[in-house]
Amino acid sequence: MKQKQIKSNDVMLQTFARILILIILTFSIYLLLAGHNNPGGGFIGGLMTASALLIMYLAFDMKMIKKAIPFNFITMIGVGLLLAVGTGIATMLLGYPFLTQFFDYFHLPILGEVELTTALPFDLGVYLVVVGSALTIILTIAEDDK
Amino acid sequence: MNNLVILPIIFPFVIGAVLILMIKHHKLQRIVSGISALLLLALSIYLAVLVYQDGVIVLEMGNWPAPFGIVLVADLLSTLMVLLATLVATVCLFFAFKTISPERERFYFYPLYFFLLIGVNGAFLTGDLFNLFVFFEVMLIASYALIVHGGTAYQLRESFKYVIINVFASALFIVAIAWTYSITGTLNMAHLAERVAELEQAGVLNVVAILFLVVFAMKGGLFPLYFWLPRSYYGPPAAISALFGGLLTKVGIYAIIRTFTLIFNHDIGYTHKIIIVTIAGFTMLFGVLGAVSQFDFKRILSYHIISQVGYMVMGLGIFTPLAVAGAIYYIAHHMIVKTALFLFAGVAQKITGTTDLKQMGGLLKTHPVLAWMFFITALSLAGIPPMSGFFSKFPIILAGFEEAQYVISGVALLVGLLTLFSMMKIFSYAFWGKQKHTEEQAKMPIGQLLLPIAPLVALTIILGFAAEPMFLYSLEVAEQIMDPSVYIESVLKE
Repeated sequence: MKQKQIKSNDVMLQTFARILILIILTFSIYLLLAGHNNPGGGFIGGLMTASALLIMYLAFDMKMIKKAIPFNFITMIGVGLLLAVGTGIATMLLGYPFLTQFFDYFHLPILGEVELTTALPFDLGVYLVVVGSALTIILTIAEDDK
Repeated sequence: MNNLVILPIIFPFVIGAVLILMIKHHKLQRIVSGISALLLLALSIYLAVLVYQDGVIVLEMGNWPAPFGIVLVADLLSTLMVLLATLVATVCLFFAFKTISPERERFYFYPLYFFLLIGVNGAFLTGDLFNLFVFFEVMLIASYALIVHGGTAYQLRESFKYVIINVFASALFIVAIAWTYSITGTLNMAHLAERVAELEQAGVLNVVAILFLVVFAMKGGLFPLYFWLPRSYYGPPAAISALFGGLLTKVGIYAIIRTFTLIFNHDIGYTHKIIIVTIAGFTMLFGVLGAVSQFDFKRILSYHIISQVGYMVMGLGIFTPLAVAGAIYYIAHHMIVKTALFLFAGVAQKITGTTDLKQMGGLLKTHPVLAWMFFITALSLAGIPPMSGFFSKFPIILAGFEEAQYVISGVALLVGLLTLFSMMKIFSYAFWGKQKHTEEQAKMPIGQLLLPIAPLVALTIILGFAAEPMFLYSLEVAEQIMDPSVYIESVLKE
């Protein structure tokens, strides 16, 4: 006898998830940008983004998420690795030791005086690797049941 | 400052990341990884020559000065190890092209392969103890993935043990590092060496030294912590087990040699001449006894890794320039020969479909080239002149007698004899005797499989016939690492 699938009512979860994901994603981006001088950084920001995406996976069905986030997470790992190591190589090409950091202050419209560093693209690379690998691991385990 | 030092680490990094992006295209992956392996080999040869001519090269990462930032140090020993590692990896990669199954290729075999190389090369080049831990982890995580790659039941069971023992060893490693930091206040190896020499606290330093020895012994397969090795190296396909057998334990041995020549040289009479020599003796003896008792091609070879790691550590334990040079020569000889033998086991398995010696036979008649290439390599492993094995065992045992370490030298001689015995056991069972494989199997062409192994066989002969220049080189390496002031001065620039 085929077991009847019980359909759950996810209205509560989905409504809250929309708000929660927004907050978590915003905070994770803040952490990523704060990274090089304050607590935060690519790793922790990436983990937080991954957790936001996981709430999405819990609340909504696969089809919808595939439409919303059309990335292959493993490709994301590759791109992240290249970005991070690329930052180091760029300083090598300028004749400095690997991973030498540079920073300067710029005046940007709206944001005002901002410190821009070469640590940021490195952190962005780490961020992509962490999001990609965390989701790959969790989704691989989750898909095992089927 | 010279950015060349970091290239053996970031080059495989970039290639590994690029290979992830082209995972769907198998042929492209092979071409890219093959070409980059050859480039890496050329690079490591260039680096070795450069360091030999110009002396130690130091790179301060991120432009932070030495005791504070992380440094990479390329001295003679580390460039030699990088060269050997890249050589072994290149050969195994080309062997893998012919043998690895398409399913394995699809599951990120090539990217993982290059990530493993990052860890190995990084561990050889780093000049910072914590960084050494990080590179060990990079190497181990890639090796976890590779050892279970393909996911047969046997592999899953044995690699579980492999993962557990290595995670435990890494935890101990961190404890040892924390302890070192609390005693000396630094983790830069050159700075550590300086402070350990000033500190007159032999007792507590000995405890830390032994803790490090335990950690590296677990990774290097020394007595009594070798039990995980033979079984876990048996599972994966030939290309991977050859890479592991040739390379991974030697990273542990390198770490022992580096830490016990540079840092923990405050109480040689105790740590080297008693502890390390004793461990070396038991490792050799139990390893070879394990090999003698086995009746499986790959298992015999795996047990021989253990017995031979013992010789290298014995060279370090005796601690004269001659003995340490012998140990270094032995590492070079062992990495070349062991990889070749594991690959021969893979070829024999491909022909007969088994690695059980009792079900093999008569390969000499159907595949004579394989048989004779194996014969040369096996004799070299056992230490028969004029192959490289003889010239690596001879100085170690000679130094043992010179230093009046008669027991260990006697054990080493006995182990050499038993090695010859078990190699001949493989030869007489698998290659002599009645043909036990079918006619169809007998006609299998193996020329393409033997081609990547041929350079290794040639090298063991060359290392034997050109023993004098090669040995002078390893003597120079030994003298450099036994005089830590060279290393310290080039890092701290005093």
